[in-house]
Amino acid sequence: MTISDLGQSSPESVKPKINWARIEETDNFANTVKLFRQGKYDEDSFRRFRLQHGAYGTRMTGDYAMVRIKLPAGEIYPHQFEKISQLSEQYSIGSAHFSTRENIQLHWVILEDVSEIFRGLAEVGLTSREACGNSVRNVMCSPLSGVCSDEEFDATPYALATARFFLRNPMAQNLPRKFKFNFTCCEKHGMVRMVDVGLIPQIREIDGSSQRGFKIFLGGGLGNKSYVGHQLEEFTPEEDLLYTSIAVMRIFDRLGDRKNLARNRMRYLVNDMGWEKFQNLVFKERAIVRATQSIITQLDVDTTPDEIKHPIRITDESGSLTPDGYARWLKTNTVKQKQSDYRSVFITLEAGDITANQLNALGNLIRDFSSEGKARCGFVQNVALRYVLEDDLPRLYSKLLEVGLAKSGALTMTAPIGCSGTTSCNLALTNSHRLAKEIQRKFLELRLDEDDDLSDSSIKISGCPNSCGQHGIATIGFFGGGARVGKDMYPNYQMSLGGRSDGETMLGEICLRIPAKRVIPVILKIIEVFKDRKKSGDTLKSWIHRIVNGNEDSDIKSINDIKKILEPLVIPPTKEEDPDFYLDYGSDTSYHTKTGKGECAA
Amino acid sequence: MCCLTKSGKILTDVDSLRSEIRDKSVRVIDVRRENDYKQDHIPTAVNLPLANLLSDDSPERVLKLVNSMGIDDETSVVVYDDTFGALASRVAWTLEYLGHSNVTLLETTYSHWKSLGLENDSKTPEIQSKEHSMHLRSEILATSDYLESAKTRDDVILIDNRERLNFLEQHIPGAISLPYRTLASNDHILRSKDDMKRLFDNRGITGNSEIITYCGSVGTLSGLAYYALKSVGLPNTKLYVRSFKEWKNLQKPTEKQEDASYWDLSAE
Repeated sequence: MTISDLGQSSPESVKPKINWARIEETDNFANTVKLFRQGKYDEDSFRRFRLQHGAYGTRMTGDYAMVRIKLPAGEIYPHQFEKISQLSEQYSIGSAHFSTRENIQLHWVILEDVSEIFRGLAEVGLTSREACGNSVRNVMCSPLSGVCSDEEFDATPYALATARFFLRNPMAQNLPRKFKFNFTCCEKHGMVRMVDVGLIPQIREIDGSSQRGFKIFLGGGLGNKSYVGHQLEEFTPEEDLLYTSIAVMRIFDRLGDRKNLARNRMRYLVNDMGWEKFQNLVFKERAIVRATQSIITQLDVDTTPDEIKHPIRITDESGSLTPDGYARWLKTNTVKQKQSDYRSVFITLEAGDITANQLNALGNLIRDFSSEGKARCGFVQNVALRYVLEDDLPRLYSKLLEVGLAKSGALTMTAPIGCSGTTSCNLALTNSHRLAKEIQRKFLELRLDEDDDLSDSSIKISGCPNSCGQHGIATIGFFGGGARVGKDMYPNYQMSLGGRSDGETMLGEICLRIPAKRVIPVILKIIEVFKDRKKSGDTLKSWIHRIVNGNEDSDIKSINDIKKILEPLVIPPTKEEDPDFYLDYGSDTSYHTKTGKGECAA
Repeated sequence: MCCLTKSGKILTDVDSLRSEIRDKSVRVIDVRRENDYKQDHIPTAVNLPLANLLSDDSPERVLKLVNSMGIDDETSVVVYDDTFGALASRVAWTLEYLGHSNVTLLETTYSHWKSLGLENDSKTPEIQSKEHSMHLRSEILATSDYLESAKTRDDVILIDNRERLNFLEQHIPGAISLPYRTLASNDHILRSKDDMKRLFDNRGITGNSEIITYCGSVGTLSGLAYYALKSVGLPNTKLYVRSFKEWKNLQKPTEKQEDASYWDLSAE
């Protein structure tokens, strides 16, 4: 082991355009922690302060925090990877975690060290400010924005401008609850209907000239109760983007439920009020915002194109044999870009986890292989290197193999989402995180990533009903809970089928409770049942979609029919027959549900 | 005495070492493995692989080793390694324990020395044996018995320098976690004094508390922490040199962070 050497970062590195950090927040946080420890700051105020700065509580302890580093629009640069690598070794567990919302999380950080992480982040222009708490959370953008062949224009500059406008903005410091923006490239790659504000870029032709704008969706979101968002209007021109955002937030700020913590996301307001009423309110409020801004407020959208430059590599270029596994990886981990000769390469992680060494290695791989000189976080706990020349792919694959990042299946069902579960979260009932890893390991061993029938399906797992694992929009989704036989408890998951987040977004239908240790056999059984009945052109996703919509004509016509086939698999054995059944993954002590206070609503 | 050397110096910087080597006013100890040493090393350095020292680190044996390396009470000694300063720290601490008052750590690792393009060779120097005295400094050593009683005092801070996950899994009750990685900065085995001081201040490691450091087995990672604490002038620091391995073998009480599966967050 050697100390990571930041001094040697290549002068060629692309530098970020926006500095998100404020160094003074570092000392302020350190001092506030001291005051809190001295009893001069009450618990509730301190928690709000801590969350506003992006430090979340940790399971069953007040001594540790999780620091959630925001990556607006998912963009991350080589030197930022290297800094986060170093910070994870110094203050966390030597690994970091990619979330589903383009954040990188450092877990099990001692509360008193959090300010040191802020200091390190500030050195590379990053912040965790407003990554938690009742604020505008990280503004997401599709990892394919700018390279997707189905997009009308690149939404990235708009996502960055939105993030910049609301970060530290007084109007967004004390909302009734958190507030989330997702920008996307196209219907297929987005998650625009499952978020407070979702935006798809659109171009409208008027009198022969084209105008940029967005399709905006409001009031969706995943949680204890999930809702699909509604489209505000046919087309929102770009100059109305900010007015619309402000108007929506003002309505939420004014009318959102500040008392009932379990129902205070904007989606509840929309649902209680009814969409049409809410929609009208937005139109009225937008007119007021437009008329009353003392100066013309517009987003500061920087649309200067990024420089695309083939990197000059110092590394060995000598031809060597393409390693085994390349074709499989190429198929399941890369996407052709609209720019000819380039692909975007997705890195397969296990439930979003990555070691400090791998983070560090990514820094150099970006410099050596990405012609845009930066990377983009994905929506599914992963990260993508874009603008990789087709000819460079075999060499990149070899390099990824060397650092253990060449696993296949990133863009398939074999890379499930697993929230952090009992590894760190106070609310978790099961170890959803490990379950996701177990499924991935098994399915890659079975080479299911190569199966075209499965590649557009998804598996998503939450450790409790609160949907951080996004189970509601999975083809096969799970959320954790406990069940018992007599006095013996075992970890159990509610399974739902048919969820999706594309143009036909819908929430999965509840099917059956599956014991943790039966989840893998149950998924394999579903695949088997599907294979026996599939029609030409079918995928598992399209087959399940037909079933949940009542359009399937085989013997399996409903969720209930699937349930009947699966029921024999989920009968609990006695503890004597199978003691392992009663243990959760990653634990050798008897299972019990135990939770602390959640902070989502704090 | 509060400091490592009479001058209070903990580290020797690269340029000073080079000039001391030219002046022949220093004994340099390379604590890497013999094969690595034979390949190349800092000119004039003698080799004392840590494993060799640890095979028997009784004061009598250490005295013989020190004499054979041509070190007497007045010799200025600089120790280096290629493992972020931890092995070098353990050797330096051992000399200090013997009563040697003039030993410092090279500020960086051998790899970094080489990456700077600095001189190295493969010659083993001819050493004339010297006579060192023995004045054991028991005030810098913590034994398990000592630790067990000291722990009950309010003014004692116990620091665990292993990695975070190991700490969460099991540690000596009352210890605080300060992984060894926290102590370094970029190319330097220790952070700058100001940075180190701020880190310790935040963690409440200040003032006149007695501080005891430990790590996994032989006092290397905690040896580095011992010098980190010294570097900011914390006067009363001890190394529990037999560390957690002995503590567990003695079946003394340990503590665990319960009800969380933190290992499953690791991508290792």
